[in-house]
Parts: sequence; structure tokens; C-alpha cells
Amino acid sequence: MPSSMGPRRRAVGLAMAVAIGASLTGGAALGQGGSVVMLSTQLAPEAEAQKMRDQILGGFAGSVDFVTADPGSVLIDTVRVEAQAGSGEVSLLGGLHGELSTLGAEGLLMDLSDVVADLDVSPGLLELGKLGTDQQLYIPWMQATYVMVARRDALEHLPAGADINALTWAQVTEWGANLQAATGERLLGFPAGADGLIHRFFQGFAYPAFTGGVNTHFADASGVAMWEWLKETWQYVNPQSTTYGFMQEPLLSGEVAVAWDHTARLIEALRTSPDDFVAFPVPAGPEGRAFMPVVAGLAIPATAPDPEGAKAVIRHLLDPATQGITLQQVSFFPVVTSEVQAELDAGTQAELDAVSAQISAADALPALLPIGLADQGGAYNDVFKSALAQIIVEGGDPATVLAGLAPTLQGIFDATGAPCWSPDPPSDGPCQVGTGG
Amino acid sequence: MTKRRNLAPWLLVLPSALYLAVFFATPMAQSFALALQDSAGSWSLESVQLMLGDPDFGRAVSATLTLLVLVIPIQLALALAMAIVINKRLRGTSLWLYCYALPLAISELAAGIVWVSIFTQRGWLNSILQSLGILDRGVIWMSGESYWMLIGIIVVAEAWRATSIMMIILVAGLQSIPDEYLEAAEVYGASLWQRIRRVILPMLRPSLQVALILRVILAIQVFATAVALAGTGLTVMSQQALDWANDIDNDNVAAAWAGLMLVISLTATVGILWLLPVREEQRQ
Repeated sequence: MPSSMGPRRRAVGLAMAVAIGASLTGGAALGQGGSVVMLSTQLAPEAEAQKMRDQILGGFAGSVDFVTADPGSVLIDTVRVEAQAGSGEVSLLGGLHGELSTLGAEGLLMDLSDVVADLDVSPGLLELGKLGTDQQLYIPWMQATYVMVARRDALEHLPAGADINALTWAQVTEWGANLQAATGERLLGFPAGADGLIHRFFQGFAYPAFTGGVNTHFADASGVAMWEWLKETWQYVNPQSTTYGFMQEPLLSGEVAVAWDHTARLIEALRTSPDDFVAFPVPAGPEGRAFMPVVAGLAIPATAPDPEGAKAVIRHLLDPATQGITLQQVSFFPVVTSEVQAELDAGTQAELDAVSAQISAADALPALLPIGLADQGGAYNDVFKSALAQIIVEGGDPATVLAGLAPTLQGIFDATGAPCWSPDPPSDGPCQVGTGG
Repeated sequence: MTKRRNLAPWLLVLPSALYLAVFFATPMAQSFALALQDSAGSWSLESVQLMLGDPDFGRAVSATLTLLVLVIPIQLALALAMAIVINKRLRGTSLWLYCYALPLAISELAAGIVWVSIFTQRGWLNSILQSLGILDRGVIWMSGESYWMLIGIIVVAEAWRATSIMMIILVAGLQSIPDEYLEAAEVYGASLWQRIRRVILPMLRPSLQVALILRVILAIQVFATAVALAGTGLTVMSQQALDWANDIDNDNVAAAWAGLMLVISLTATVGILWLLPVREEQRQ
């Protein structure tokens, strides 16, 4: 029997290739009339795509043709080609902030300001979707991010008067000191090992919280102040942090009592013993409660054949009920401020509460993933890891080390021409690294 | 007829020579060429300069060489002792041989993970020391702030992991020493130490040479145990090569690191050949 399936499978494959080719060239009609074609780099793995079609879009009144695109340039190229042809098949796009911002900068996306009124998306995230313009070029769809997790028994050592949902980084230092005084151990933890995401801590949390930016304050006085804070705090950080990849493991073993990491790298601790751990929003610095959302958004290309249908899909996907189904089915967190209803395991629920508190905090300061660095993303991260190695591991003077690394960082911007991204103010040419600390 | 006989050795060597040419010599030449180009593909020393100017350059080279200098003598002494025990053919020798050779069957990364579970703060070592009452509180062996502690635990893990390969070579060497020499030495009243120094070591020189060359080259390539146990607390040369190739996406600088490791390996090999010359009649 399997051999007789061969030709049919090939035929299906051929049909799919033709369909994708048609959508690329804006040629033959892809869907039936009334079906909204959505092209997405998100939920692209087949298992997730199926959940998107069956569960997440299941409750939508109209019909949606959910087409997935591999990460890379397919989504961007498709929209560009359709714009050149003057007409297209794709009505709705699902992509990461970086992908949509590239299209927005080329003027290929519609203004969605009229949809915003119907939604209750977190204002901070909505701002990201404006891409520095006064138009709403994409609507945030779903997100992942980084939060804090602590052992419940560490809460009794919080500084006096501290609110776990509104901590400051200075209070974390004090908390670490209290924990050390009480237990004799250094119980704060960061994922600073070879597989850890500590560079995101600097890019999306510490730098923006202390300086209000990242690159424009890299080596200036406020940047140096951030590193001085970390150096002081590190005396309460478990020195084995330089080997940690996923913080759920040292939290579970008890080596660490308070940790920062990606939600996906903390979830096992919260799921294994939900009674022993609490998840809470990241602390704030002098400039705000900075956090790095990994934001996926929805946008409508300027050539969309059915913008009204696409807007209806956007309203459906951002309905709190659909956001709950999305969280339950594919573990992406909601972007809406109202409470979502979904049956969740205790660990996911704990993370959800922390993420919700984080994005709706009054002083929330979203900081973006790097944009426009192309193949220099790794080199960019390496600058921050080098700073950590030289300042924390080797004990170097922050001002000297940062001044030494600033030219490398500037070289990356000059080579790629990448302008600054939020929360750094937009730049006309390549982003200029802040120095003079 | 004579012509054909002369061709036979060449024909026999041909497959392995081809294999070496295709899978070793060619990539090696390509790697050196990459190292001497910039990322745009034109000839320049830019990649070498980038490597030398990397803040991690000194850290990586000094940690790798420190590990090498510490671990090789320890492994040599251990491997020799183990080989002599095996060669005594006491009761249960084959059991000992299996035990000693066990680490050979374990991959470097798996060994690293095993040693992490031993040395981590809430790991086996601290648990045992605490339950015996030797320690009140666990020692943080894998501390990023204690360079020599990190070096020490990597040396221990590497000694466990890679001593057996030396031992196997030395056992083979010991078994090729005729018993008459040792019996003669014993008859003339030589102590064990004298027999080792005057008879065994000189007779073992060809095996020692091979074992040392092999082990030094492997030590220059140390990677998984160092990454698993020290994380970012220290860095080694092969990790830098990997970082430049994977994270920073600059194959030229990665090739420069690989070239540097090759040059150090070659220098060490020549050094060992010079320090431990083997007389022609000793070659096996």
C-alpha cells in the first residue's frame, strides 16, 4: 500500500508548491472567495500550525487559510513581491517584531489604528507596533518573555516593605544580602553559563532599567553605574552561576533561591513543585521596569485583497478567550491586559500571572530584541558576554572594560548599518554607541 | 615482474593515503587558507589579528596550556602505574583492565555531565563529605571566581576520562618487553624502582612517545569537560574556535584558532620526538 501512496503524495506536494508559487507571484487565486489568507512565520511547526487551524482559529466565524513560512526571508520576500506586482493574495501576516518592522520601514504595511479601539492590548506593547511612527503598523499578537522565580521560603528574607510584584533591582541586592546573612549562602542566580541567556539580561533588562536605553548608554555614566550595581550584587550571586544554562535546575536543587531567566527555562521548576516556587515580575531600575518581550505581531500588507476580513481575524485572535486558548495550546503568553480564561497547569498559571503583572505594570518599559543586525547578532551578544567575563569573572574596572568594548560594538553597527531600536531613541544612520562613562 | 613487486607496497598504501589527502590534508589546507583571508575573501592577516586582539585570547591559550602542563604528568604517572598492575597478571587482572578502560567507552560530553553531577554544589561529592561530617556546608567547586579550583576539577575529570588511552598503549609496550630482562635485573638485586627506571622506562620509550603525542594533541583540543565544569568561568581554545564559527559567525577567525591549535600540536609533537628519541632497533 505505501508504494501506491507515492504518486498521490507527490501530487499534493506539487499542488502545494504551485499554491505557494502562486501566492509569491500574486497570480492565480489561492483561497475561495471569503477566505482570508494568513501567512505566518509563527506557529509554523506542523503540530502548532494544526492547533492554530483547529483550536485557535476554530471559533472564528469566517474562513482563514493559514499558510506557514519558515523563519528567514520568505515572509518579507512574499510581501515585497506582491507590492511590486501591485496586487496580492495575502491579507494577514503573522511575524516577529523584527520581520514586521522591516516591512513597516519599507511602507508595505497598512495603518491599523482603527482596529486598536476594539482591543485591550497592553499600551506598552502597542507602542512597539507603531515602529516609531504615529501609525499602528502591526498589532501585538502573543509573546514570550523573561521573569523572576524564587523559592517560597526565600520570601521571608525580602527587604522590609518590599512588594514582590513591584521590586527594584536595588531591593534584589538587599534581598541577596539578607539571604546570605540568614543562610550563609549566596542564593541569587543568573544563567551566565555557556548555554545561558545572560546577554538578554543586559540587553533587555539591566541596561534599559538603569539607563533607559541599551546601545546609546553602553559605556556612559549610567551604563557604568549598572555594572557597578551588578558587581556589588554579584557578592550575593552563587558563583556557580557561570555554569548555569537553564535556571530551573539550580532552583530545583536548591543551589539558588532567586533567579531570572526565560519563561521556557523556568517552567519545569514551577511545574514540578508549584507549592515551593513563586514567579513574579522583573524588578525595576531608575528608568523603569524594563523587560524584553519576544513579541509576535499581526499586520496587514498594503496589497491585501481582504483587509476587512483580516481585521476580523485580528479581533478574534486578540479576544481574551482566544488568547487563553493560544496560551493553553501553544504556550505563548497573552498580550491583552484583561484576564484570560483557560485551564492551565499550576506552573503555566504562575508564569502567566507574573507576565501579566509585568506587562501591565505602571512603569513597564519594553525593550526590543536586536533588529537589523543580520548575521552579526552573535557578535553583538558576544560583546555583552565579554563585558561580563571581564568585569565580573576577571574583576575588571567597568568604565575601562566598557570603553575597551565600545569600538567593537560600534563596528557591528557600522558594518550592518543597523539603526538604534527601542528603548534607544531612533537614529538616522547606524546606531551610535554611548561612551564617556 | 620486478616492477610489479615494487608497485605492491604503494598500492597498499594508496587507499589510506587517499583517505588522508581527502579528509585531512585538504580540509587542513582549506582551513589555513580561510585563516589567512578576511571575511570578504581576500588575502589578509585580519582574521589572525582579530583572534590575537580578542579579549578572550590570553585567557583561552593560558587555560589550555595550564591544563596540559598539569594533566599530562599526572596521567603519565597514573597510566604507568595502572599498566604495571595489569602487566603483573595478578588474579582478576581482566576485571581491572575493564574497570580502567571503562572511561574510554564514555563520550567527552557525557563524562563532563557525570562530573558536573559530582562537583555541583548540591552534588555527590559535597553530599558524601557532608554526610561523613567532614564539611558543614558544601564547597562551591565550580565557582567562576576561583580559577585554580576550576583548573583543579577539570584536571581531575580529564585524568579520569583520558588516562586509560595512555594505559592501553603502555600495557601493549610492557607486554613486548621480554621477561628475561626483568628476571636478570631481579637476579642482580635491582629494586622495583630500579627496575622501572633502568629497564622498564627505557624499553618502553617507543610506547611512551606514542602515548604522549596522542595525549598532548588531545589535551590541546580539550573542550566538553572544560565547558561543562567551568562554563564561562574560564575558556579554552577549542571553545573559542566554536564560538567564532557558531555564535559570531566568522569562519575565518575560527579557522585561525584551528590553525593555532594545529601549530601548537605540531610543535609539541616535534618536542616530544626530540626529548624522547627512539633508537632504530627499538622501533616495532
